[in-house]
Amino acid sequence: MMRLQFILTKLLRGLLTLLLAVTFVFIVLRVSGDPVSMMLPDDTPPAIVAEYRAAWGLDKTVPEQYVRFIWSALHGDLGYSFRDDRPALTVVLERVPMTLLLGVCGFIITVVIGLFAGIAAALKRGTSVDHAAMAFSIFGHSMPNFFLAILMILLFSMTWRLLPSSGGATWWHLILPAVTLGIINAGTVARFTRSSMLEVLHQPYMRTARAKGLRLTRRVMSHAIPNAAIPVVTVLGLRLGGLIAGAVVVETVFAWPGIGLMLVNAVGQRDLPVVQTIVLLVALTMVITNFIVDLTYGWLDPRIENRPNKEG
Amino acid sequence: MTVIDTEILSAGSDRRGDLASGKAETVLSVEGLTVGTGRADLVIDVSLEVRAGETLCLVGESGCGKSLTCLAAMGLTSEPLIVRQGRISFLGQNLSSLSENQLADIRGRDMAMIFQDATAALNPVRRVGMQIAEVLVVHRGLSWRQAEKQAIELIASVGIPEPDLRAKAFPHQLSGGMCQRIMIAMALACRPKLLIADEATTALDVTTQAQILRLMRELQAETDAAMIFVTHDLGVVAEIADRVAVMYSGRVVETATVDELFENPLHPYTRGLMACRLHATTTSHGRIAAIEGTVPSPSRRPEGCSFRPRCSFAKDTCLTLPALAPVVGNHRAACHFAGDFA
Repeated sequence: MMRLQFILTKLLRGLLTLLLAVTFVFIVLRVSGDPVSMMLPDDTPPAIVAEYRAAWGLDKTVPEQYVRFIWSALHGDLGYSFRDDRPALTVVLERVPMTLLLGVCGFIITVVIGLFAGIAAALKRGTSVDHAAMAFSIFGHSMPNFFLAILMILLFSMTWRLLPSSGGATWWHLILPAVTLGIINAGTVARFTRSSMLEVLHQPYMRTARAKGLRLTRRVMSHAIPNAAIPVVTVLGLRLGGLIAGAVVVETVFAWPGIGLMLVNAVGQRDLPVVQTIVLLVALTMVITNFIVDLTYGWLDPRIENRPNKEG
Repeated sequence: MTVIDTEILSAGSDRRGDLASGKAETVLSVEGLTVGTGRADLVIDVSLEVRAGETLCLVGESGCGKSLTCLAAMGLTSEPLIVRQGRISFLGQNLSSLSENQLADIRGRDMAMIFQDATAALNPVRRVGMQIAEVLVVHRGLSWRQAEKQAIELIASVGIPEPDLRAKAFPHQLSGGMCQRIMIAMALACRPKLLIADEATTALDVTTQAQILRLMRELQAETDAAMIFVTHDLGVVAEIADRVAVMYSGRVVETATVDELFENPLHPYTRGLMACRLHATTTSHGRIAAIEGTVPSPSRRPEGCSFRPRCSFAKDTCLTLPALAPVVGNHRAACHFAGDFA
């Protein structure tokens, strides 16, 4: 009963989030300039301009367009790309695998580096290991991703000529953007892991674990980490959702053919349906990861009652 | 307060005759233990000894160093606490000569500790049965399946009904008393030779406390373990102790068998503690006796005897530190005037 209500609430909130995101983008796009005059040459006869406007539904008032958009979106129709006349969803979905590939690789790097650095820093608190890990964390946290991306290109592509700087043709092309994404996010994850671990390490049950005669590795792996996991999973969830969104900049710098690069291009070209579709997709991943994170809490911490409990 | 009356006192003393002969093996001996932080010593020159089958009670006010002495005995002190001096030997083995991993092998297997707040001392995200089983997996090399089976037996042995169901519970699903029993089951899993109980019953209500004390006494009799029982409750002392060490401001000020201590407390502090006990008779007078003043902070202990500022017998001689010396037989007290009370 509790569980059903919990899921319904989450679902409603998720839908509301999606609606708000799409509405915001819809309005901003409509007031930021006329796509037709952007796409057609300046000397196009007014009749043709009017024809395009009518074809894309831009001759209607904004509220009218909005109602139509939401209505068809609910029916799974997100409009046609202004540029290549195919359904916007199809155009965007073609690029999704590339973004997912980059996002997942970046995420794995984030998790591995972030958790490792955070745990090591907490266990070696106050030592040079801790200082180094936290310096790295601040670096990752404060470095703008485009700047790190450019630095990476400068070092690995230009100076040392080790890795390709742009495109997505081979696996080699994946390395630089994935590492850039990974490092940027690992800083935050390391910080959260460290503080969460430090809090846990001073709990009475950690002393019990020591009094039981458990060695350090077991104490950390099976007693500290499960307890420190909740805040870390929250951050990881946010980062996972954000990786798709965060990939926009990184994809652009490295010309990685994913939806991030497509989004930037579509905004420039005023390809409104494509922009709306991508924003909807990004918002959807955020909502879904959040939902998964919420469900994970109950599994990580039995004290959070959102799953059926036999012992209850 | 605990139910304390002469009935329990006399019931306890039947058992104590066996130990008096002193033939039992010394399990733990602490000599000249000093533990402190960078600023002040919290435990000073403490010497204790406990034999197989014997229960030693450490008594004193909060902050007098009882718990810290126990932690040091288990080798569990960690930054910023440092063991400055002293020798702790467990079954004849000097603990300070062992590595952290060697210590880990002894802890939980040969020496175990029961902590004060069991609800907090159990890992909140692991099932209690698993937490008990872990000890057996680590020290006895059992498989998880075997260990969990044995954990259920242990849970049953500490008097928890429906042990197989309880084993699957998380600490927050159990009451404080149940958690304390789980802790005891965990501590006893490998049948340790030394059991240290740090205020193990303090947080519990009187009925549960009495049950747990009885349980611990039974289990101790069964395994012939040595036990150090930390408490500030003289009722508990009367019920469970064979010998008592009274601590004040980091030092042991009096040691005696439980009967000697209750019959004839020699240190003015112990006498004060005894006077503070609530008797059925005191209620009619309306006023509860208390020791005037407060315990000195470890960084600002008075010169000489730490109890001097609160002591009604204090004289100039008390400016020199009294040694913990035998007064009557093996009854020791650290007071210049202890002989006058004997």
